[in-house]
Amino acid sequence: MPKPNLAEIKNAYDKHYKNITKKIIICAGTGCVSSGSLKIFEAFKKGLEARKINVSLHISEGCREVYLTKSGCQGFCQQGPLLSIGDIFYTKVKESDVEELIEKTVLKSEPVERLLYKNPADGKQYAKSEEIPFYKKQTRFLLRECGKINPGDINEYISRGGYFGAARACAEMTPEEVCKVISDSGLRGRGGGGFPTGKKWDLTRLSKGDKKYVICNGDEGDPGAFMDRSVMEGDPHAVLEGMIIAARAIGADEGYIYVRMEYPLAVERVRFAIKQAEEAGILGCNIFGSGHNFKINVMEGAGAFVCGEETALIASVEGERGMPRPKPPFPAQSGLFGRPTVINNVETLANIGKIMTIGAAEFRKMGTAASPGTKTFALTGHVCNSGLVEVPFGATIRQIVNEIAGGTANDRGEADLNAFKAVQIGGPSGGCLTKEHMDLPLDFDSLKSVGAMVGSGGLVVMNDKTCMVNIAKFFMGFTQNESCGKCVSCREGTKQMLNMLNDVSEGKATIKTLDLLDGLANVVKVSSLCGLGKSAPNPVLSTIKYFKDEYLAHIKDKTCPTNNCKALAKYFIDAVKCKGCTACKRACPAGAIGGEVKQAHKIDAAKCIKCGACAATCKFGAISAGG
Amino acid sequence: MTSKGFVSVEGKRVAIENEKNLLELIRKAGIEIPTFCYHSELSVYGACRLCLVDIEGMGIQASCSIEPRDGMKVKVHTPQIREIRRTNIELLLASGHHNCTTCVKTGYCRLQDVARKLGVKELRFKESQEQRPRNTHSHSIVRDPDKCILCGDCIRMCSEVQGIGVIDFANRGSKTQVLPTFGKDLDDVECVNCGQCVRICPTGALSSKSEVSQIWADIWSPNKKVAVQIAPAVRVALGEMYNLPAGENATGQIVTALRMIGFDYVYDTSYSADLTIFEEATEFLQRFEKGANMPLFTSCCPAWVKHAEHCYPDLLENISTCKSPQQMMASAIKESYVREGGKREDISVVCVMPCTAKKYEAKRPEFAVNGDHDVSNVLTTMELARMIDEKGIKFNELEPGPFDMPFGFKTGAGVIFGTAGGVTEAVIRYIMGIVAPSADYKPVCKVLHESTDLKELEIEVSGKKVRIAAVNGLKNAKKLIEDLKTGKKQYDFIEVMACPNGCVGGAGQPALNSAQNAKKRKEGLYGIDGQQQLHKPQDNHYITKLYEALQSEVGGHKAHELFHTHYHNRKRVNISPRREEGKVHINVCFGSTCVRRGAKDLVRQIRQYAQGKNINAQINVEPSFCYEKCTKAPMVRINDAEIEKADIEKIDIVLTRELSKAAQ
Repeated sequence: MPKPNLAEIKNAYDKHYKNITKKIIICAGTGCVSSGSLKIFEAFKKGLEARKINVSLHISEGCREVYLTKSGCQGFCQQGPLLSIGDIFYTKVKESDVEELIEKTVLKSEPVERLLYKNPADGKQYAKSEEIPFYKKQTRFLLRECGKINPGDINEYISRGGYFGAARACAEMTPEEVCKVISDSGLRGRGGGGFPTGKKWDLTRLSKGDKKYVICNGDEGDPGAFMDRSVMEGDPHAVLEGMIIAARAIGADEGYIYVRMEYPLAVERVRFAIKQAEEAGILGCNIFGSGHNFKINVMEGAGAFVCGEETALIASVEGERGMPRPKPPFPAQSGLFGRPTVINNVETLANIGKIMTIGAAEFRKMGTAASPGTKTFALTGHVCNSGLVEVPFGATIRQIVNEIAGGTANDRGEADLNAFKAVQIGGPSGGCLTKEHMDLPLDFDSLKSVGAMVGSGGLVVMNDKTCMVNIAKFFMGFTQNESCGKCVSCREGTKQMLNMLNDVSEGKATIKTLDLLDGLANVVKVSSLCGLGKSAPNPVLSTIKYFKDEYLAHIKDKTCPTNNCKALAKYFIDAVKCKGCTACKRACPAGAIGGEVKQAHKIDAAKCIKCGACAATCKFGAISAGG
Repeated sequence: MTSKGFVSVEGKRVAIENEKNLLELIRKAGIEIPTFCYHSELSVYGACRLCLVDIEGMGIQASCSIEPRDGMKVKVHTPQIREIRRTNIELLLASGHHNCTTCVKTGYCRLQDVARKLGVKELRFKESQEQRPRNTHSHSIVRDPDKCILCGDCIRMCSEVQGIGVIDFANRGSKTQVLPTFGKDLDDVECVNCGQCVRICPTGALSSKSEVSQIWADIWSPNKKVAVQIAPAVRVALGEMYNLPAGENATGQIVTALRMIGFDYVYDTSYSADLTIFEEATEFLQRFEKGANMPLFTSCCPAWVKHAEHCYPDLLENISTCKSPQQMMASAIKESYVREGGKREDISVVCVMPCTAKKYEAKRPEFAVNGDHDVSNVLTTMELARMIDEKGIKFNELEPGPFDMPFGFKTGAGVIFGTAGGVTEAVIRYIMGIVAPSADYKPVCKVLHESTDLKELEIEVSGKKVRIAAVNGLKNAKKLIEDLKTGKKQYDFIEVMACPNGCVGGAGQPALNSAQNAKKRKEGLYGIDGQQQLHKPQDNHYITKLYEALQSEVGGHKAHELFHTHYHNRKRVNISPRREEGKVHINVCFGSTCVRRGAKDLVRQIRQYAQGKNINAQINVEPSFCYEKCTKAPMVRINDAEIEKADIEKIDIVLTRELSKAAQ
């Protein structure tokens, strides 16, 4: 087993790096890869080699001139594929742009202006990524290296100060001291509940067991969330370092990373990172000469949402059906294979190494007193710039949506500050927040107080053309499908809630339905076995709370204010616009349209089946669905 | 005992003793909290969400999974809890088709009972429209998914108590179902028909397959004689259906009831239990002397026999070839009827059994002559009660009646067959009767009367020690066989009963409190034994007469033809891989667990390894069906050597050895 000398590795890396004159970083996050960034990478390699320019893919002895590297997710996914040459940042690059980029930027350091980011709000162009509002307004602490370094090069991670925290924790500190640092930092679990990480570690440390485990929960399953994936893909060593420190703190000698198999790139990068760490002597026996052993396995989950729940995850690793178990006993007492187990989320673990390096006090300078540090959010929905963002706890929705994401996008995709209607935070477990919460400082406790939760950090922005009943229905459909089926409250409760939401959106509900829905939601929230069931009613409860009028419109007036609910649509023909061409009459499958040629037509509401065929046929825009 | 403190339950101070959870403590305090998924014999599951209580400082919690702690203040009935319980019951009622009037479990259904107690009068939720068909393919068990409330009791019973695990949850959300392995029918999987799942099922989702209508038809058929035999365990349990205490002997009333129902002959399976001992003990003594196919396993329990056929084909030679008492009796009845000039198919034999597996046993092809089964129908104890009720018989007012002869005569040995350890004791009485006619058998057998999973004792026969074990519950049997195979334990005679406590705890018995009542039923059987004049099987002179009539000795040719049977290997996957001469065969298990634990990767590594060592021509790498050693995944076999939790280092060692063997 080689004993790694981190300082030596870092010095050697820095020395070799000095010979590089240009660094080309191509984003190889899942988003950019699927829009072709790997082809761009190959094109650069070929183009540079054809010009007899020295290209290195790794920093090592003898490298010079150009360093061409792939990074993890850079976060600005909507603008991908992304790449940077030196400090010039390009967006939406195509393979065909590569020749021009080599000629101009690589050889002459001139920017190719058409590929620079242009702010849709003011048309201003930016050459440097850190000047773009999307990046400028963020606090990239956890994601500092994500998108900057090559996730496949452990030395690059070490050169940025990586594994120094683990080395210190293993070689110089006692388990109590490690737990104390994390407790003092106030770090809270980023997986949703926000349980203090230091306390969790301490409980597991004190539990008696002949063997203990550390599990990294990478089973990110919220629709629209991809923070954990990005971290595993972009900075996998940060996750491993967190696990090593956790193992040291509780006295574990084995760990599991549970990743859903829908994240093949994350699985591949994490596996490769483990291999590199093992070869470097950072994982394995007697790590950092501490006498402490630690090995990490990767377990691919089959994609059940409920396996993100810790006890279900443990069952899944054990080879059982992924169903939650009653707590107590908590994993800290009896977890994986009945042994004391610490189970932390990817983002939580990725914070650990950094905290060990900067210290608890420095960490506490970010965020709020009760929720220190930063939080990553996966920003999607009706926003100008979707992507992966990181802000300190205490930031507001206004800052995230308007400043970082460039504002709410209306139905035509244009920035429109007035179009903001709501934001769903925390996925199917979270709740909807409205305009009145725009300035609410986001942290674990404030969100809980308004019926939402940080969850894993999905942020779906919705504009004024979104039907909130539909949103509640979407999330309820999701949890019903993903409920493991074990406990009555969740399995049957979500089904009945979904039934009632369907009734609301089809105009079949009465006020009694709404009361029953509200009552059932409260029962399910309290009586479900696990977190999935307990939080499943949140989208319903929060939409009823903040958008009751919209529910009442569906129920009492039988209209959908945003015209999303097909069953409630009322089609009518604008007599002024109608030319009497009879196209709609012929298209109508129900024979609901009457009227003579060249005279305005009319729809018989009683016969109309609301299929929308007429509106699609009309060339004059005379037919629309009104609420 | 030192006090572990007190819990306040609705303001009442309740001392904590050895309760495993708050639920048991609350029940001790005299408050019945409804549950579906909590059973003291199974693991805590936490799914039915009915046992919720309000604990000060902790809020609403499931009492089944909370450890009682000193100072806890618990409320068990609050407006919120009431609403939750009622809502959950309504949700369950809306989830399937719970049409009580036509349900086989009506009156004994826990869902019905809880709904009634909680006063659920209306369903506020939309009832399920989906219809899922009943599955009646098994000879013993009917599954009705529309009545299943997914409490998981059957699944845990099958795997935790019986160690079989042929049923589990499939699908997610409201599409979740309990299904046999791979969605097959129960009779296509390793189900042994023990029916313990039926016993524990709170609703009509699992029930025994009733044959009551065919029995009425036979009774009313003018050309048919119908003989009925009742098993020992039935007589101490049927009374529970009529408010008699568990264990009370109702033999006489049952005989009268059976006559009133219209059976032509009423016989006692205890007779053929005595007969079984004649054959089985003789077989044992012969084998013991020769040392052939030892140890001997008993064959009375059809669930155990089927389990062995599935899982221990290598032990089939060790199982006694004797038919069970049910089948011996049927053979004897049919044979006598024919000898007296009747036609074989003109008499049908009905059995009243505490068991669901007996239904399947009756249908085994070995027990039919030209398509005419020795036993036509089997009734469970509960089903007999249905027939009694249907006929309108007031059971509690019946005068006791006697069995018909000759097949109604028994010794005490034939009665105790109904409880775990009874067969063993009967065998010991028979053997002792031969080797030491004057000896008192009782002191030897004391250990057999205990309510333990495994009873062990030794006796001496002609100066040789006979090591004896009686085990009940298939999971316990599994452990015993493992110990036997590893050499940790050695026996000469082993009794196996599939159900916990033996036949008294069978799945055909009254299901309410069956686990607790089984012990009282056992006492009842020993009580009846005590009342008998004769205790040794060989004292049953009607059996001696039978052998005379058959002109056969015990274990003789005719006796073998009538009273013995044979078994089949039913193992789903027989590991008999294709073998090529001169090659080393590497089989990698591709069952789902092994694949998840890297079997595919392992094949790749083996190929790379072979490439590197240039041994491709000498080996043959193939994936295989599941080796059913999923806990040791990934599994690899190299020729006959099994490698558990295989990796390339372990493979390297075995492969090198096998290659050098092959080279020699």
